[in-house]
Amino acid sequence: MADTVHFELVSPERLAYSADVEMVVVPGTEGDFAVLPGHAPVISLVRTGVIEVYDQGKVATRIFVRGGFAEVAPSGLTVLAEDTLDLANVDRAAFEAKFKDVQADIEAAPDETHRLRAEDQLQKLREIADSL
Amino acid sequence: MPSLKDLKNRINSVKSTQKITKAMKMVAATTLRRAPEAAIAARPYATRMQRVLRSLAAAVPAGDGAPVLLGGTGKDEIHLLVVATAERGLCGGFNSSIVRLARQRIHELQAAGKTVRILCIGRKGRDQLRRTYASLIIDTIEVAGGIRKQGFPLAAKVGERLIAMYAAGEFDVATLFFSEFKSVIAQLPTALQLIPAALDTQAVPADAGPDLGGAIYEYEPEEDEILEALLPRNIAVQIFAALLENAASEEGARMSAMDNATRNAGDMINRLTLVYNRSRQAAITKELIEIISGAEAL
Repeated sequence: MADTVHFELVSPERLAYSADVEMVVVPGTEGDFAVLPGHAPVISLVRTGVIEVYDQGKVATRIFVRGGFAEVAPSGLTVLAEDTLDLANVDRAAFEAKFKDVQADIEAAPDETHRLRAEDQLQKLREIADSL
Repeated sequence: MPSLKDLKNRINSVKSTQKITKAMKMVAATTLRRAPEAAIAARPYATRMQRVLRSLAAAVPAGDGAPVLLGGTGKDEIHLLVVATAERGLCGGFNSSIVRLARQRIHELQAAGKTVRILCIGRKGRDQLRRTYASLIIDTIEVAGGIRKQGFPLAAKVGERLIAMYAAGEFDVATLFFSEFKSVIAQLPTALQLIPAALDTQAVPADAGPDLGGAIYEYEPEEDEILEALLPRNIAVQIFAALLENAASEEGARMSAMDNATRNAGDMINRLTLVYNRSRQAAITKELIEIISGAEAL
């Protein structure tokens, strides 16, 4: 039995992550679950949260996901998410600047549609901030 | 017989047209190189989604309990045609061939006494359909800057809108028209039924199902709940994939159209130059004859 599990993260735009890893922790709607090699086949919805990829007993990669589902098959784990973001690529300072930017957008919004759009964006940023 | 100056002007104007078509061909060729990549990158998502939906649909009993997005409303009266075309023209028969397929369908449906409504994605399709079916078009969604710039959120928005309309009972069946990208020179106009989801008619991809080794999927939460959550998402994904295919096809069609145009302009320049030189030589000969016969008369 192989001691790694094949993990693929797919977003509508591209294949975001693909590697053989030790363990993956997936934020399912019914609670987080860890996928190790030889996991029973499961299809589960994924809530907004962070996928943790483990390597040598430690968290190696943390990926933010929003909306989607996970499929565990003998061939590996596939997570389909609408939105993905590798948290290692997030720069704290730049992120906070963006956060302020969007907040300013809300105040300066000329009309309702712009305001709603900016608020929507802020909501997304908050979700990411929570998982940082 | 046009004068020499007219011919010269004509040649120059054809030459500048040729420069434009050549530049457009180059641009299309560069864009084209990236467009299929995007379409192919989106494929794993769409195929996996289909696969999971199929296995879910098989697990959920059909009938009253099935979600309406899968089972349909049980009626077949109002058809919504979503016609996805390009924002820009000058791409050969790309827009026309999609519109032709849509028109044919409208004709069939109307002959069968159904009500037809049209939702256009992209301006060019709307412009063509407006001539004959203006009263049927309910709205147009413009894809400013192309689907790759707009990304998935646009497709998600279209999907949400379709589902809201469906929930409000504004249509019973939705079909998406787009052009499938076969190759640079071949694009295939395609009709894809979105609602109710046509899972069985879809061609099963080669990697259809993973070998579960006799095991059965566990579902978390229950099958019908997952199905309820996935079906709307599936619609958005189908639209997104279709729009990407469309973008690739459009650039392919534009490239071959512009290639043809450049070649035609070249032929035209050759022909015009020939006529120009002939009449120039004729004029010289005429002048010489005049001089000689004038000298002889002395």
